[in-house]
Amino acid sequence: MSADTPTPDHAAAADDPVVGALRQRLGDHAVLEQATLTGMPVVWIPRESLSEVLKFLRDMPEPFEMLYDLSATDERLRANRRGLPASDFTVFYHLMSIARNRDVMLKVALAESDLKIPSVVSLYPNANWYEREVWDMFGIDFAGHPHLTRLLMPPTWNGHPLRKDHGARATEFDPYTLTVEGQDVEQKALQFKPEEWGMRRENEDTEFMFLNLGPNHPSAHGAFRLVLQLDGEEIVDCVPDIGYHHRGAEKMAERQSWHSFIPYTDRIDYTGGVMNNLPYILAVEKLAGIEVPERAKTIRVMMAEMFRITSHLLFLGTYLQDLGAMTPVFFTFTDRQKAYEVIEAITGFRMHPAWYRIGGTAMDLPRGWDTLVQGFLDWMPRRLVEYERAMMENAIVRERTRHIAAYTTREALAWGVTGPNLRATGCDFDLRKKRPYGGYENFDFEVPLGSNGDVFDRGQIRIEEMRQSLRIIQQCVDHMPAGDYKADHPLTTPPPREKMLQHIETLITHFLQVSWGPVLKPNESLQMIEATKGINSYYLTSDGNTMSYRTRIRTPSFPHLQQIPAVMRGGFVPDLIAHLGSIDFVMADVDR
Amino acid sequence: MNWLSEPVAASLIAMLQALVILLGAVLLGAVMTVVERRLLGLWQDRYGPNRVGPFGSLQLIADMIKIFFKEDWIPPFADRTLYVLAPGIAMASLLLSFMIIPITPGWGVADFNIGLLFFLALAGINVYAVLFGGWASGNKYALLGAMRASAQTLSYEVFMGLALMGVVAMAGSFNMREIVNAQEGLWFVVPQFFGFCTFLIAGIAVTHRHPFDQPEAEQELADGYHVEYSSMKFGMFFIGEYVGMVLVSALIVTLFFGGWHGPWLPPIVWFSLKTAAFLVLFVLLRASLPRPRYDRVMSFGWKVCLPLTLINLLVTGAVILIADPL
Repeated sequence: MSADTPTPDHAAAADDPVVGALRQRLGDHAVLEQATLTGMPVVWIPRESLSEVLKFLRDMPEPFEMLYDLSATDERLRANRRGLPASDFTVFYHLMSIARNRDVMLKVALAESDLKIPSVVSLYPNANWYEREVWDMFGIDFAGHPHLTRLLMPPTWNGHPLRKDHGARATEFDPYTLTVEGQDVEQKALQFKPEEWGMRRENEDTEFMFLNLGPNHPSAHGAFRLVLQLDGEEIVDCVPDIGYHHRGAEKMAERQSWHSFIPYTDRIDYTGGVMNNLPYILAVEKLAGIEVPERAKTIRVMMAEMFRITSHLLFLGTYLQDLGAMTPVFFTFTDRQKAYEVIEAITGFRMHPAWYRIGGTAMDLPRGWDTLVQGFLDWMPRRLVEYERAMMENAIVRERTRHIAAYTTREALAWGVTGPNLRATGCDFDLRKKRPYGGYENFDFEVPLGSNGDVFDRGQIRIEEMRQSLRIIQQCVDHMPAGDYKADHPLTTPPPREKMLQHIETLITHFLQVSWGPVLKPNESLQMIEATKGINSYYLTSDGNTMSYRTRIRTPSFPHLQQIPAVMRGGFVPDLIAHLGSIDFVMADVDR
Repeated sequence: MNWLSEPVAASLIAMLQALVILLGAVLLGAVMTVVERRLLGLWQDRYGPNRVGPFGSLQLIADMIKIFFKEDWIPPFADRTLYVLAPGIAMASLLLSFMIIPITPGWGVADFNIGLLFFLALAGINVYAVLFGGWASGNKYALLGAMRASAQTLSYEVFMGLALMGVVAMAGSFNMREIVNAQEGLWFVVPQFFGFCTFLIAGIAVTHRHPFDQPEAEQELADGYHVEYSSMKFGMFFIGEYVGMVLVSALIVTLFFGGWHGPWLPPIVWFSLKTAAFLVLFVLLRASLPRPRYDRVMSFGWKVCLPLTLINLLVTGAVILIADPL
């Protein structure tokens, strides 16, 4: 493991040159820096200078080329805001620079009476959906946005769910009913009207066909709707429509204890299993100040990589199936079954083990785990060779995938694309290497890169990633440290049972911990991980309570879907299907 | 029993034969649906349907019961006449083609002089089934599927006919029996190898089998032209596809692999074995290949197959003329 990779998580954020540059530009009084555990400078700026600052950061040398995340917080009920500017609603912009390997977060305070902020779609194209989401969830108006409508909630919805005054539980609402008339209204609201999107129904010599692909379509990989404007089979333009899988995970996080939210994270990217627990748990541990023992770290890495393999296997099978090959998916499912046998033996569950805990894992590894894992490690490599020889070297597959739906690194970064989809363009950015977390710094592996950024590279790169994951797991098997699987820390949840049997004081502590759950100090933390589909992060705001004040879940699939029209214009319907297969999304990961 | 004069008896036997062949073809098509699933299961490391009856042998009956009792729904936005007509055409045009296939020296329905042309004509009519079905469904996916089907079938039928002209030239007849008899010494697959290759490709394309299943491409068009069909109407499209598969296999055997000819075993066994081999090939293709893109399929037809068949016909003609100048 090279030692030269900086770890901004632990770097002092205060002396970040970007903050200095901002101060110089806007003046000292306009820039306020907030101390957080996010591992990056968090800077409050006035609303008027937002566009200017973003433009400056985007165009500076070693620019912040990616708008990584954009969302908001309803601050009205937040008790611990000492030293922060007065704000009812805060919009935050999380920017990322690949060259600097640094992030910066900008925050803009808004008053309830004046919920308006300029749109930044012209600067960062992927701000489009994020701003729509914020409008949808908080009712904040983005002046100059090209199409500010609801994104995740139904168009007929009343209210803005992530506001603190919006109900969170079913019991706070009247029972749901749907009458025939109501159904008609809902369906009418969902009808696609090309004019609203600035599309024409015909041009001089062609009448376009508008095709509803989804929300139920074999290749939509879930409840996902794409409206295609077709000239024959050529895609003139398309509009992705999401929100059919929205479950309000971010809202639920505000009603679940720090501990009991863990199972919800499993279901964000439902093919990622415990990989989803990781960013949440790591962010909570930052808030709690827990240092996790080496054994727990290694177990976590091993299980996360197991799930990377099962997720990529699912990807590979469906990707090839979308290209019309019906057999590979049965083979990859056989392999997944082998992996699940191991996962099941270790965690007791298959797809959603919810197995990581604040401060460690739920259990220690069972006896004989190493032979089980080794069995899987011995099985997989031959299969991967077979997939490459039978499919990736197949002339039809190559013809269907080479130079199809290609994009450059620049375009990828502008749209917020991360993970294998970014690396397929040749951009060497893997968080496990660039910003090692949770013990990845101890492992020896390579980051596979593509070069064309096309459908083929996105497939090939994932086969290679599976090999690297196998390598990591092998190192886990060979060098599993001895020791505890849980940290010895008062906030470890659930606390080690042996500790409770000392005297009445420890019993009470234990009781409070497992009934109320741990109370975390007020602060903000953020953890990004290289998840199966790209960068997944949890941005947690604690208000000194048993529950999170605000949980922002940034998922990789969301920007990947937003990019589809930019990639697909001028392509054919079969190319679109190939592209959908190659970007590896699940709707649960998009809609949350 | 004097009414049973010789011509009457002969025609009765012929009718009986025709009936047996008709039912046999339909049944074989239906059985193929199960056989295909079992074979796919074998190649895909899984079981396939093996629950109903011993080794899943009664699966077919279960499927029939299911499909007969499904609601026969006609979409309110469909063009009823064409919608109902389409599956009938799909099934009938292919079944009628069985007429010209000589199974053994003694078995066969009709012995036309224009046998081969009859098949080509009916294959042409078969396009209408897909076109009508796709158009009358009033569904955009079905329409796209029908568009693909008509374009594909038109371009592949052009060289399908040409691919067979070499065989016709060598046998000196369109009559299927004479073609089979002409292969007694040497199967036409040897001198007409390119004709065989192109006809095989065209045959797959005309029956919309994978990898030429563009009109129904599940991943793209969600089943294409028959997406709105249910119950037995869907069943007829479905069985029709398999009947087509059997038909093309039987034709390949007749035209290129010497029909019933073969040593030791009786003719019927040879014919069945050869046909079965091609049926398995059809299934194997489906199990192993991805689907090329639609426009590539078209350009492959026009730019590779068509020139190949033309050259093949030219060379065949030249060789015949040199060997046996008029």
